[in-house]
Amino acid sequence: MADKNRKHRPQALKTQQTLGDMLAERGVSRRSFLKFAAYTASILALPPTAATAIANGLAAARRQSVIWLSFQECTGCTESITRASSPSIEDLIFDFISLDYHHTLQNASGHLAEAAREQAMEENRGDYLVVVDGSIPLKNDGYSTIAGISNRQMLEETVAHAKAVIAVGSCATFGGIPGANPNPTGAVAISELTDKPVINLSGCPPIPEAMTGTIAYLLSFAGIPELDHLGRPKAFYGEAIHDRCYRRPFYEKGQFAKSFDDEGARQGWCLYEVGCKGPVTYNACATLKWNGGVSFPIQSGHGCLGCSEPGFWDLGGFYKPLSAAKDDALKYAAGAAVVGAAAGAAASMAVRAKRNKLLKAAQAAVSDSGKEEN
Amino acid sequence: MELLDFARGPALTFALTVFIAGVVFRIASLVFMWRTRDSSVGSSREEPAALAAVKEIARRMWPLPTYRHRSLFQLINGYIFHIGLAIIVFLLLPHILFIKDLVGLSWGHLPNNLVYAVSIVTLISLIAALVMRISNPAQRIISTFDDYFSWLVTFLPVLTGLIATMHLGARYETLLAVHILSVCLLLIYIPFGKIMHFFLVFVTRSQTGAHLSHRGAQQL
Repeated sequence: MADKNRKHRPQALKTQQTLGDMLAERGVSRRSFLKFAAYTASILALPPTAATAIANGLAAARRQSVIWLSFQECTGCTESITRASSPSIEDLIFDFISLDYHHTLQNASGHLAEAAREQAMEENRGDYLVVVDGSIPLKNDGYSTIAGISNRQMLEETVAHAKAVIAVGSCATFGGIPGANPNPTGAVAISELTDKPVINLSGCPPIPEAMTGTIAYLLSFAGIPELDHLGRPKAFYGEAIHDRCYRRPFYEKGQFAKSFDDEGARQGWCLYEVGCKGPVTYNACATLKWNGGVSFPIQSGHGCLGCSEPGFWDLGGFYKPLSAAKDDALKYAAGAAVVGAAAGAAASMAVRAKRNKLLKAAQAAVSDSGKEEN
Repeated sequence: MELLDFARGPALTFALTVFIAGVVFRIASLVFMWRTRDSSVGSSREEPAALAAVKEIARRMWPLPTYRHRSLFQLINGYIFHIGLAIIVFLLLPHILFIKDLVGLSWGHLPNNLVYAVSIVTLISLIAALVMRISNPAQRIISTFDDYFSWLVTFLPVLTGLIATMHLGARYETLLAVHILSVCLLLIYIPFGKIMHFFLVFVTRSQTGAHLSHRGAQQL
């Protein structure tokens, strides 16, 4: 079957063209390219000198084979990375990589699509990137399959000879919504199923710049950026949204919106009281923002959902303040009160009984001694 | 995040369950406790029990002139950290939201920055109370494990809350989880130690007032 498919394989997009050549062809000036390199260096929190290294590295970069695997996901991550209000160098980088396999974006379908993946793995053995969005169901391999191949099997065989693995979105990084309680499919994160180093780009979806910036880093430095304890690039996930939020001063001053349509909300006060999870969410939303830097959820009037954190779906409710108990913490209160009252009454009765016993004994002793005296 | 989930979830539920069971147990024990009926004739100066109770509560708000010079610092320091704790617990918005979520009651709050300042004063005051206890030989001799542990479980939530607010030493969610866990420890210990005076302070003073009035003890 595989040989039969091979005849129908699309032509590989192999080229010796560098990114610098391609940008020049598209009319991107050297000045614009250097500005982009400086911008990329700054969002990656690299020193200014790294801009030159990025420019040189990117300019000399060859077309990078990328295999994008989509498992239990909603395609929102793809929507995010392809969402652009105007053509940008980030888009061009996305164009530049050889996206050899991607359900939503590739032309090929059916067995031809799978043939493209196999071909890319064969021709770029040890040198291709694997990007994964979606979690893997472990309860039953049949819960999610592609071309008859289970998600787990496809992941294992694809990452086996990959240069690096990038998990995109909260489903791939932490299990996400498929892994939310009660997790019916036994969904797990990619990092649990491979020994390869995994770069986690969490978020539902992740910020496009986090994706393109990480790819730019990989193309420029041929290494992995500095990661936090959850495997996320510190450049994008190093600071809490709360710490960078423009509404933070209202938090300190004690000015809070109490609902989404009250005076506080209209004044742009802090959204902590209506459930904002910004204090425990690490992402670059408050600085890079979305849609070309136009806005981000808190700026639009809604609290942060904490979508880039593990288990964000099960944190006790999007509109429940962070300081509130996660569950109904008083669910055993009535029982506790009854047990406490019963135990207290029993203890007192026991003391009374003991006292009465001692009193009777004392009275008997007094009575006996009286008889003896008589 | 897992630690915070644990703190906000099972740990808090467990602590509140123990707290409620323990407090009700202590109060029920007192209510049903055996008491000797006092058949003695009251003093000629005896006042109605309720009045004597209220007067005793008021009188114990400030020391008698005889002892004032010896206990003034302790008294003022005691007021500082008690009022400070009340402000922190009941007038910081995140705490009010916690209470509101639990029982549905809420009220106005102070600016967070002001409560942070109060927290620092409270911490200093609590440290001063401990230093007094250790440095004064008489107090040291009568101090028990309960005194020191009560101090610790009171001090920790204030300290961890302040550290969490200032983001010192670890990530905020870790600091917040540690803060909530320290509150859980406090809740669990309250019924079984001297911090139970939170519920009983006025009960015991009322009882003492009524008793002293009946006996005709000199009222100053």
